[in-house]
Amino acid sequence: MFKTAVRRSSVFQPLKYGGKYTVTLIPGDGTGKETTKSVASIFKAANVPVEFEEIDVTGMDKTDKPTEVALHEAIQSLNRNKVGLKGIFYTPSERDGHTSFNVALRKELDLFASLSHIKNIPGVKTRHSGVDFSLIRENTEGEYSGLEHQSVPGVVESLKIITEPKSKRIAQFAFDYALKNNRKTVTCIHKANIMKLADGLFRKTFYNTAAGYESITANDLIVDNASMQAVSRPQQFDVLVTPNLYGSILSNIGSALVGGPGVIPGANFGHEHALFEPGCRHAQLNISGRNEANPTAMILSACMMLRHLGLKEYADLINAATYSVIEDGKVVTKDLNGTANTEEFTRAILERMERL
Amino acid sequence: SFEGVKNANGNYVVTMIAGDGIGPEIAKSVEQVFSAAKVPIEWEPVKVYPLLKNGTTAIPDDAADSVRKNKVALKGPLATPVGKGHVSMNLTLRRTFGLFANVRPCVSIDGYKTPYDNVKTVLIRENTEGEYSGIEHEVVPGVVQSIKLITRAASERVVRYAFQYARQTGKDNITVVHKATIMKMADGLFLDTAKQLAPEFPDIKLNEEILDNACLNIVTDPVPYNNTVMVMPNLYGDIVSDLCAGLIGGLGLTPSGNIGKDASIFEAVHGTAPDIAGKGLANPTALLLSSIMMLRHMNLYEHAARIETAIFDTLANSPESRTKDLGGKSSNVEYTEAIISRLK
Ligand SMILES: Nc1ncnc2c1ncn2[C@@H]1O[C@H](COP(=O)(O)OP(=O)(O)OP(=O)(O)O)[C@@H](O)[C@H]1O
Ligand SMILES: Nc1ncnc2c1ncn2[C@@H]1O[C@H](COP(=O)(O)OP(=O)(O)OP(=O)(O)O)[C@@H](O)[C@H]1O
Ligand SMILES: [Mg+2]
Ligand SMILES: [Mg+2]
Repeated sequence: MFKTAVRRSSVFQPLKYGGKYTVTLIPGDGTGKETTKSVASIFKAANVPVEFEEIDVTGMDKTDKPTEVALHEAIQSLNRNKVGLKGIFYTPSERDGHTSFNVALRKELDLFASLSHIKNIPGVKTRHSGVDFSLIRENTEGEYSGLEHQSVPGVVESLKIITEPKSKRIAQFAFDYALKNNRKTVTCIHKANIMKLADGLFRKTFYNTAAGYESITANDLIVDNASMQAVSRPQQFDVLVTPNLYGSILSNIGSALVGGPGVIPGANFGHEHALFEPGCRHAQLNISGRNEANPTAMILSACMMLRHLGLKEYADLINAATYSVIEDGKVVTKDLNGTANTEEFTRAILERMERL
Repeated sequence: SFEGVKNANGNYVVTMIAGDGIGPEIAKSVEQVFSAAKVPIEWEPVKVYPLLKNGTTAIPDDAADSVRKNKVALKGPLATPVGKGHVSMNLTLRRTFGLFANVRPCVSIDGYKTPYDNVKTVLIRENTEGEYSGIEHEVVPGVVQSIKLITRAASERVVRYAFQYARQTGKDNITVVHKATIMKMADGLFLDTAKQLAPEFPDIKLNEEILDNACLNIVTDPVPYNNTVMVMPNLYGDIVSDLCAGLIGGLGLTPSGNIGKDASIFEAVHGTAPDIAGKGLANPTALLLSSIMMLRHMNLYEHAARIETAIFDTLANSPESRTKDLGGKSSNVEYTEAIISRLK
């Protein structure tokens, strides 16, 4: 019998038309344009069977209607394609500014798990070596609930929400990730000695979930201690799972350990979608438009995306070429103490791919 | 600022809470060094342990009275009581004396090598509210709400202290660390309050930095932070201060000061270390450095400098005098004697 495209019941089903996957591309603000452009040219040169559907959204305008429309368009595109690559949206901190589009997108699509890889890259000189851990962060609740009010003038309450179902699914995600990637230990990061109920629930749910994964060691660490350990002995970390805010802190600490936000890849996963973005989320407004940004984080995120799509060979090739150029150290960007600009670095990768 | 008065002997009386575990050993080191350095201080030792008074945790009256009268105390680590009904001793002290600001300097120790050199940061943490408000409840089973409370009054108090501390220590700027991109109202209020206060301190510049960037930048290179005084809400202060401690080699070397309305309490950041208590192995450096912060708080700058120099000199130039945790072989007593012998 003629077989129609079977919908894989497991996780997500990206669309593949005419032998090509369609993937949503949201460059975002800051250096997103430059770094996603770099990815696009690498994909083109490597004949990667991926077609980008580019949607421009910006967090820079504060009140503009069209922005909301664009955000909606991005969500529709992601709902169609299930897979996307994005840069970071800028978020104004003024009180009358809009809430974070980064957060809005994750909440709207229920992209509950954020993943970043904190790993030393050969050729990038850092204070610590042998660092290789994955950070998994709950993305949809916690301190990012957006529920705040001013009870009386000068007194503000901000709600942190922790729920059992969301704590459970992030814990499961972390243990599944550990299993799939041959990781040995998952460490729960919390502050349950102070936030006894909220972080207590996160921690308790973590251990309850751990019972279903006998081959993985489960332990926990208080967030301030974890931050201290991260700069004194980061080699001890394997997989970390955290509520929202601690994840943001540890991803920044982690990225600084291995070479900065320009080299850390990452992704956000929901039950239906996967949205890849640099693992240490910075819009980098200060260097945007200068052809100066290191696109490595975006390129490696794109490689993660290719593996997710089952395009492993392409991912391996691009990954190897990128690593090789960095290890040579001759054509690297400013953040890695080089003098190359974004385009020159990208060109070096293209040339390297031809020789690999 | 400090308003203590000298007693008939020309000395300040300071409350000593030696505490539990290694507390008594390290407190003794401080007393010996102070006496050798002829610091004009007389100690008033008190015991602190938790009592339940009308359902709330309190400390003994004589201890509370002593601290209130002397306005300054040095404190060793206190054991956290196990069992229901008690809030932590640290929280109890904070509430009893209105300790609104926690000051945490982190200074690289010559002779104790870490991947980070020349660190000399200082951070001031709001100590009374924020994420530590203790207001939490289970809305329905499996859904917990925890309230972060930010008030203008508490924010103003701690930021004002940061400005004053900057002035006192010869720095020309402070840096408010916040996450107002996400917590627009709560962290927004903290930040706003700082901005409104800034005109009162025209000689001190106000910087602001998002928590993420602060973590990224400190770990990339902490040295630029040597020139500022960081100030932030409770939880961020807790995390970032431990982060900075990690840069210089951990809690064994970090002092702290709790600045309050009614009194100020200086203490080491580490715990009771029950594993080594009573064995003569405890490193008194953190408590000694806390006592130096205390001396500066009391305007006893010369004594502070003399003792500090002797400690740094011993650690840098006499590796054999270091305690075991710093890779040395000396006992607590031998290390203390080495410091005393280097007092100039
Ligand atoms: N890919 C990169 N290449 C080079 N430098 C980078 C890169 N990513 C981050 N940096 C540097 O890291 C620092 C912190 O990032 P940045 O200043 O962009 O924060 P930001 O724009 O305020 O971000 P956010 O909006 O997330 O708060 C900057 O100095 C930036 O130049
Ligand atoms: N002053 C010190 N000198 C030497 N070692 C120390 C010192 N303080 C802490 N340590 C060591 O560091 C580790 C952690 O000590 P700490 O007392 O902070 O932990 P703790 O078990 O959490 O105690 P507490 O329950 O009182 O907080 C212990 O192994 C201890 O031996
Ligand atoms: Mg702490
Ligand atoms: Mg402890």
